[in-house]
Amino acid sequence: MLFLGEHAHVLILALLVATAVLIVRMRSLWPAVMLTGIFSLLGATWMLWLDAPDVAFTEAAVGAGLSTVLMLGTLALVGGESVQPSRKRPITALVVVTLTGMVLVYGTLDMPHYGDPGAPIHVHPDPSYLETTPKEIDVPNIVTGVLGSYRGYDTFGETVVVFTAAVTVLMLLRRREDDEVVEVFDDEENEA
Amino acid sequence: MKQHTILRVAAGKLLIPYILLFAFYVQFHGDFGPGGGFQAGVIYASGIVLYALIFGLKNAMRVVPPIFVETMIALGVLVYAGVGVACMLFGGNFLAYNALSPAHPIHGQHLGLLLIELGVGITVSHAMIAIFYALASRGRR
Repeated sequence: MLFLGEHAHVLILALLVATAVLIVRMRSLWPAVMLTGIFSLLGATWMLWLDAPDVAFTEAAVGAGLSTVLMLGTLALVGGESVQPSRKRPITALVVVTLTGMVLVYGTLDMPHYGDPGAPIHVHPDPSYLETTPKEIDVPNIVTGVLGSYRGYDTFGETVVVFTAAVTVLMLLRRREDDEVVEVFDDEENEA
Repeated sequence: MKQHTILRVAAGKLLIPYILLFAFYVQFHGDFGPGGGFQAGVIYASGIVLYALIFGLKNAMRVVPPIFVETMIALGVLVYAGVGVACMLFGGNFLAYNALSPAHPIHGQHLGLLLIELGVGITVSHAMIAIFYALASRGRR
């Protein structure tokens, strides 16, 4: 996409919007779930374009990979058709959504432009991380240095959050020891 | 139908080893390139989930047993916290890796980062696998 230059942003964002509109209009949930996977993959592409490969990895593996599989598993359990929407035209909802959208767009007017060197994130807390990380930690990936060492407490907290989330999901969903394993994704081809 | 299965198995055998290898690369190369424990963990988990989708959940549970997965979720947090406690035992503050190697503080930082990223990777990957196992084994007859 190099030949597109700056317009690649527009292309990817337009594809994201088109995918989102398709997902909303879809009544059958299986293709809708596949489209959310495509949405995540487009998101990952965009993150890569913005020089954030760490985030792109995560988005591709979690958004397009694992969460799509989990959604498909859920659909296999609960069925894949959404309820037909009512024929009434909810004017109040349209007004609320339009107003909220306008407020959000108004909010973005105060945001710094993309790549603005004076943006708060570049000058605050202060740029010294870039200067001290090579001296004090000496790892080329400064993100790792900051997250692992300067903010080791935060990252420890995040790991505990992942642990807690896993424990909670297991408490809700886990089979009892004596229950039989019945595969959600099983089919005749699998048994052959 | 049969050809369908052959195609899946062939694609899986071709892809899964490289997905797992890439996960280890992202894990242990996180100081130098993009990535780290979290990214490595989710890539590793997606490799195992792909295995379960192609070869069946029961086979996957034979390769990576659920009890092992559940133990590893806790072990990752323990590794991370253990590095912090080790720093205290060496006379530093909690998670201040310089204490791990007083003569060469930078070596201490490298060792600390490697170990805590390993802890993050272990917890994240097995948390993802555990959630997948829990959901995928609840089918109805």
